[in-house]
Amino acid sequence: MAVLIYLENWDGKFKKLSFELVSYASKIAEMLGSQSLALTIGNVEEQELEKLSVHGADKVLHLKNEKLDTLDEQAFSNLVADVARKYNATVLVLSNNNSGKALAPRLSVQLKAGLVSGVSKLPVSVSPFVVYKKVYSGKAYANVQIKTDLKILTLAQNSFELIHNPKPYVVEHLNIQPSDNLLNTKVKEVQKLTGKVLLSDADIVVSGGRGMKSADNWGPLVELADLLGAATACSRPVSDEGWRPHEEHTGQTGKIIAPNLYFAIGISGATQHLAGISSSKIIVAVNSDKDAPIFEAAQYGIVGDAMKVLPKLVDAVKELKLR
Amino acid sequence: MKILVCMSNVPDTTTKVKFVDDFKKLDNNGIQWVINPWDELALTRALELKDDLGSGVQTVTVAHVGLAGSEPTIRKALAIGADDAIRINADAPDAYVVAAQLAEAIRNENFDMIFCGIESSDHNGSTVGGMLAEFLGCASVSCVSNVKLDAGGVVITRELGGSKEVVSVPYPFVAIVQKGIANEPRIAAMRGIMMARTKPIKVVEPRPLDSLTEVISYEMPVPRAACKFVEAENAADLISLLHNQDKVI
Ligand SMILES: Cc1cc2nc3c(=O)[nH]c(=O)nc-3n(C[C@H](O)[C@H](O)[C@H](O)COP(=O)(O)OP(=O)(O)OC[C@H]3O[C@@H](n4cnc5c(N)ncnc54)[C@H](O)[C@@H]3O)c2cc1C
Repeated sequence: MAVLIYLENWDGKFKKLSFELVSYASKIAEMLGSQSLALTIGNVEEQELEKLSVHGADKVLHLKNEKLDTLDEQAFSNLVADVARKYNATVLVLSNNNSGKALAPRLSVQLKAGLVSGVSKLPVSVSPFVVYKKVYSGKAYANVQIKTDLKILTLAQNSFELIHNPKPYVVEHLNIQPSDNLLNTKVKEVQKLTGKVLLSDADIVVSGGRGMKSADNWGPLVELADLLGAATACSRPVSDEGWRPHEEHTGQTGKIIAPNLYFAIGISGATQHLAGISSSKIIVAVNSDKDAPIFEAAQYGIVGDAMKVLPKLVDAVKELKLR
Repeated sequence: MKILVCMSNVPDTTTKVKFVDDFKKLDNNGIQWVINPWDELALTRALELKDDLGSGVQTVTVAHVGLAGSEPTIRKALAIGADDAIRINADAPDAYVVAAQLAEAIRNENFDMIFCGIESSDHNGSTVGGMLAEFLGCASVSCVSNVKLDAGGVVITRELGGSKEVVSVPYPFVAIVQKGIANEPRIAAMRGIMMARTKPIKVVEPRPLDSLTEVISYEMPVPRAACKFVEAENAADLISLLHNQDKVI
């Protein structure tokens, strides 16, 4: 019996979400009285692998193969399924990020294992196995029972606190070959997004809406984000207008994020916008209309002109940094 | 070349959801049903590819698992421009059953490209596309923000966390599409609405299949505490609160 964790790595490195996942899965392993096994595929140094045991992994499984340097959904999911069978996994957890969303559904079919994606808490109960997840884009939650012996979960990002739970570092280097007939994804070009805080990874996000009035007004918003080490984001009309790049669009039809702190500047708070940001821990709204719906979702609000409030926020953060 | 777009029928995105039967079922009363926004964009891209005469795309079909009540939404997809539709006449208890029913219904229809939206706005699963590919035993590409056809074949752009990649896979494949796949959903014109009435919807009877998961109950979100207002002149106080009290900056 084991809880198997599939961990993506980025050029051999893990991120905060990787450790959230290990913390989460190790807690489930405790609930079940079983071991947690952390599997990663690719070239990862020993000292990076060791970090997984700090957050509770009983054993690290490392699979390295030059054929697997790019994500091939069919080949990768077959390998993870092989490992799940080999170690007799009863629960398999992945992150609800791009690679987790790509692999978990295929694994569910291969292993005939019930899948619930985007869970944000430990299971409500393990027998029957019931988990809690957001549905209707945050307008409700559901308790979902998984009826199969093997269960697959994907964990929503930034929904589970890191746990410091050091275990002795034990690693097993796996020697499993991917089947060539499943390796069909040919990569022609890779463009790395560098130098910026990625929206999906950011702890703080500063986001602007149509209330920012024009593409030229973004200076103080970007300055605030830079000072806070935050990512910038925007509402849909803003990216539609071309004021900001499409990667920044958050909401129902854009990115879904859950930072610790979300600044909504000149954003009305339409339900489709809230669908992408309502899991933020704290929402701060700046809006000139005191009746804007965003204030119903926000913990803190300032009624005022964004162009006047932003410089004040920038100054206050500068002052804080000097202290 | 034939394209299939898988379509889910969801409450309009502005719906205030409510539940009945002791929080076990969605209250359908007064709900306006629409094509899932992502699937609408997928359909739009499929039609754009078909419009490009050099692309070799002959037909765009939509497939949906649902009872007869969802036909008006299927008609919308036909009015937007899909050539025909397949409806698998079954309830959709979970994504596994939906994907399995779709796979059975289309296995012998020789689609070259299958588009699925990244998620359905009801259960936010992000699961049907990958499951369908696995049932069909074909390749899948997730997080797709562009699909182009050129002389050399299909060119797919996918967005993995932190990088953008241009990839290709052999036909047939499932593309799970997201932001960027099309700019604006195509809107049905009067002529399209007239034509949709006579376009064929093939109704397929389902296989008996058991779901792997089951919703036990729904819950409403815990209401957030009322917003604390800070005067615009004292914006600096907000930063102190975030620093000292909430410790988020
Ligand atoms: C199917 C569907 C999907 C959608 N998906 C998304 C999505 O993913 N993301 C998204 O964001 N939207 C989405 N939308 C659009 C959504 O309905 C709203 O239209 C949009 O979120 C509004 O953006 P906004 O708040 O920037 O603009 P507005 O609604 O125009 O709000 C601007 C706000 O700025 C305030 N303001 C004006 N001037 C100032 C000033 N000087 N200082 C401070 N405040 C000021 C105003 O009071 C107002 O509240 C979707 C819509 C549909 C139908």
